[in-house]
Amino acid sequence: MVVHNLLPTAPLQQHPSTVTLQVQDKTPVADGVVSLALVHPDGTRLPDWTPGSHIDLILPSGVTRQYSLCGDRWDPYTYRIAVLREDSGRGGSAYVHDQLMPGNLVEVGGPRNHFPLAPAERYLFIAGGIGITPLLPMIHQADVTGADWQLLYGGRNRASMAFLDELAASYGDRVQISPQDECGLLDLEAWLSQPDTGTKVYCCGPGPLLTAVEAACSRWPPYNLRTERFTAKALTEPVHRGPFEVELCRSGRTVTITPDATVLQALRQAGADVLSSCEHGTCGTCLTPVVEGTPDHRDSVLTEHERAANDCMLPCVSRSRSARLVLDL
Amino acid sequence: MTEAPAAVVEPPVNDVDPFAPEHLTTPEPLHNALREAGPVVRLSRHDVYALARYREVHAALVDWQTFQSAAGVGLANFRHSKPWRPPSLLLEADPPHHDAPRRVLREILAPPALRRLRAAWQPMADDLVDTVLATQGTDFDAFESLAKAFPLRVFPDAVGLGPDGRDNLLPYGNMAFNAFGPANALVQADAHRAADLSAWVNAQCARRALTDDGFGARIWAAADRGDLTHEQAPLVVRSLLTAGVDTTVHGLAATLYALAGHPDEWQRFRERPELARVAFDEAVRWQSPVQTFFRTATTDVEIAGSLIPEGSKILMFLGAANRDPARWNGPDRFDLTRDPSGHVGFGMGIHQCVGQHVARLEAEALLTALARRVERIELAGEPRRHLNNTLRSFAALPVHVRPVS
Repeated sequence: MVVHNLLPTAPLQQHPSTVTLQVQDKTPVADGVVSLALVHPDGTRLPDWTPGSHIDLILPSGVTRQYSLCGDRWDPYTYRIAVLREDSGRGGSAYVHDQLMPGNLVEVGGPRNHFPLAPAERYLFIAGGIGITPLLPMIHQADVTGADWQLLYGGRNRASMAFLDELAASYGDRVQISPQDECGLLDLEAWLSQPDTGTKVYCCGPGPLLTAVEAACSRWPPYNLRTERFTAKALTEPVHRGPFEVELCRSGRTVTITPDATVLQALRQAGADVLSSCEHGTCGTCLTPVVEGTPDHRDSVLTEHERAANDCMLPCVSRSRSARLVLDL
Repeated sequence: MTEAPAAVVEPPVNDVDPFAPEHLTTPEPLHNALREAGPVVRLSRHDVYALARYREVHAALVDWQTFQSAAGVGLANFRHSKPWRPPSLLLEADPPHHDAPRRVLREILAPPALRRLRAAWQPMADDLVDTVLATQGTDFDAFESLAKAFPLRVFPDAVGLGPDGRDNLLPYGNMAFNAFGPANALVQADAHRAADLSAWVNAQCARRALTDDGFGARIWAAADRGDLTHEQAPLVVRSLLTAGVDTTVHGLAATLYALAGHPDEWQRFRERPELARVAFDEAVRWQSPVQTFFRTATTDVEIAGSLIPEGSKILMFLGAANRDPARWNGPDRFDLTRDPSGHVGFGMGIHQCVGQHVARLEAEALLTALARRVERIELAGEPRRHLNNTLRSFAALPVHVRPVS
């Protein structure tokens, strides 16, 4: 039996643009890979997500790193991510591996999904190394819906490949494990030479793998191949951490947004009537036109195209990349 | 949820039929009684559990894992009885099946995608109000002439429907929303035309029936991109036609009823027309056009000490939650100085009304047009209710207006 603790969820709380979660568990799952279980310190539900979603981990150094959610969405209280130590990186993964411990708090943004699972009769999942993470919940979902699916999973060697036991135990023959030191590179030609309109190919992994899969799928119908680069496009612009100013151009007022308040909260305090609902960046109710400045979009409503236009934002979660934003309020 | 054991208490039992005409006409006394009786009440007449307090209704709405929709969001339990039509891919679905249709429709109906409609709809609203004032004078039925007329003028075009048979839309929606309740006289009244109405609506969902520039065409385009299957596309169009007309019509009527009945609030709105969206949402909170929906427990669940067994139907009183004094100050007051954010009139969580931005845009256009031309609006008689098992509906809303001189 489950007991509803009835702790308030998002709309009753004053939600900042990010949420502070607690590391509940940290487990090595392969050479150089740890999995983290993140929970709300108050035990409340976490925002809903769909397979392919990622969260932002905002580390004390100010570095933001994106990690795919690879846990179970039927457990609304826990996020699971898996982090590969990348020594060439800017220290984000090293911090997670060396310093972030169970019990510690960490700031989290999102979740957002730019790699959603679309319906199909058959799926071919192709994972390279840590690229297995977004595919794990997709595989579970494909299995739940009774779709026909297979996973082709490559990596340097078995020891470096996360979740092998979990995959073998749950799915057996549907999973083909191809460590490079045993089998060489993935034989993509064998898997992809016959285009199949009923099959969607979902691929996540290092750049060379994606390039090879794209080439092998060149004769496939458009839209059947869907990819995500797990080395998220480098966050060239740092998230603005300090205070910034928001000008309300219709009323002429200017408010300063401090790091502990959302833009929405500050606008309300300044007397602007901004309607909101979920206050989690998922419903779109508080959408506000932007006249000047560059928002730091942190919602899951706007498409990439709409984000790039920078002419509107969701002040419940989004902030500013520029020192000043002018809103049409 | 936790595994913590708690003393299980028997919830209070009430044998009321919330779908009886007197409660559909005036639901507030029953809502008050249910809220006061406890966090969970067993309704023995229909063998369901009722939630009427904001806290519990909100918690159940967001917890799709425990309170599922795929067994139907009406009284009928799809685990045991065949649905009257193929279930909705949005309203009557759970993850993972719910994900793709929801994502596609959310993007098509998201505020940025609606901006082109805003420019088109304001002049149409202005024109409608001008015409009503010119042809009907200062006394008219605001339900028929405004609340019903405006959505029917703009929404079918936005979806991309053909010109014929649009008068089927409201009867179909009325029937679909009645079907969430028990098979009472309201359901029986439409039984003779259920097949015809369904056939017409289903025919409008086909690609060839839709223009190439509306929401419907965009749903089919999503299927071409593989974001939906071609089998799903017509059912997603059907969701627009089922859920997008009656709800908005009665939501607008509720807003006009609220403003006409509260002259001070009308004045406040005229002074600050940017309050149009707040006025609409406050009216949705105050009247709750969608009064109720059901969920089904996916497991034995305990709420505030009461056990709800797996497979039970749970009736959520959105209208009662929206007037819960534990959540709202002076909940029975229609008040434009209030922040109505967080009301559950559009639901909450993954099933929250995906068309709410379309409804707000329609409301903003109509209210803005009215505020420009009408100095005063007041009720010119008792409004007449239309009874529906789910929707708090109007049949007539007589008003008297004083046009701007």
